Amino acid sequence: MSEATPKQNIHEYLAELDDIPGTRIYTAARARKGYWINQFAMSLMKAENRARFKADERAYLDEWNISEAAKQALMARDYNTLLDLGGNVYFLSKLFSSDGIPFAEAVSTMTDMTWPEYRQMMLDGGRSPQGNRSIKGGY
Amino acid sequence: MAKITAGVGSSHVPLLGVAVDQGKSRDDYFGPIFAGYDWTREWEKQQKPDVVILVYNDHASAFDANIIPTFAIGCGERYKSADEGWGPRPVPDVEGHADLAWHIAQSLILDDFDMTIINEMDVDHGLTVPLSMMFGQPEAWPCKVVPLAVNVVTYPVPSGNRCWALGEAIARAVESFPEDLNVQIWGTGGMSHQLQGPRAGLLNREWDNKFLDMLESDDDAVRFIPHIEYLRETGSEGIEMVMWLIMRGALGQKVKRLNRHYHIPCSNTAIGHIVLEPVD
Repeated sequence: MSEATPKQNIHEYLAELDDIPGTRIYTAARARKGYWINQFAMSLMKAENRARFKADERAYLDEWNISEAAKQALMARDYNTLLDLGGNVYFLSKLFSSDGIPFAEAVSTMTDMTWPEYRQMMLDGGRSPQGNRSIKGGY
Repeated sequence: MAKITAGVGSSHVPLLGVAVDQGKSRDDYFGPIFAGYDWTREWEKQQKPDVVILVYNDHASAFDANIIPTFAIGCGERYKSADEGWGPRPVPDVEGHADLAWHIAQSLILDDFDMTIINEMDVDHGLTVPLSMMFGQPEAWPCKVVPLAVNVVTYPVPSGNRCWALGEAIARAVESFPEDLNVQIWGTGGMSHQLQGPRAGLLNREWDNKFLDMLESDDDAVRFIPHIEYLRETGSEGIEMVMWLIMRGALGQKVKRLNRHYHIPCSNTAIGHIVLEPVD
């Protein structure tokens, strides 16, 4: 029969999630903050909504309960800012799919590399975990 | 009596679906990835499973930010390919096995797993890419599918241990289904990848292969890997590997490895694939 998982305090658990360099884990707090950003992104799964958004991005965004900062970040495709505002990449992927750009190209815009540099890094085996595991630990 | 005869683990990168749909699966980039599945495609033709219990995660397709089921089981008759922003994949509809799915759902609830039951939903690349990898491009999928969607997006996601225990409970449920059915269970997602933030692009060949070794082992230590280890070692989306533990938990203590494949990269992701058979 199954053994119980050692119980972990939720505060300690969440603190650990914030100790990863260059990463925003999609916690409940982020999910609450970014709720309407993500629901807006979901709406782009419908072809008629994509067409309306593309015709006038600002007007379409104004239909949603989204902050001005988030609207600006959405129009600028500033994905790191959107992560900070509670966006999640699986939801935001509806936006970059609507833009018709490859998933990896959109991902590369969140790094300090150009898309060709990022693609080459992946072909060369990807980013090493070395030094990228923990902010506090630096390992 | 229904029986789980094999377990399959596989990445479900959306670009693999694009490669299949656009006829690129044998080009220089994708060829080495698909070659690792050739053995499995032939083996599946011999095995002819009646049903696949397909463990995957929905990528904000059927479930939006509103409702977040930790474990959801599809009990419907039929599922369509989701429009994920560029139109639905041109793949056959997925036929459910409502009798078996409802039997599993009821059994799991009596076994203390409080499942969410889904009657109607579209299924995204998380479910359809593994079908393409294992079955190619048939006019109709050669088996029925019981979708089992796991929340691996909003934290906390279920622990590896809970996933393993769910797999054990699914095996018990399948064995109590009266009809003779050849059932496989597939765990999908992973392996190492991170799709967000400045650390995006992280891959970890060494850790991924250690994970595959652990799946082959009689020891169940793999179920106790904490979330933080997946996140630090394999990237924020590497957490999808907990879904492979539902598959592994359903196979019992001893397994025989029939196929194993690993390739870096596919888009942002490390591709992993394993086929395991339970040993009595």
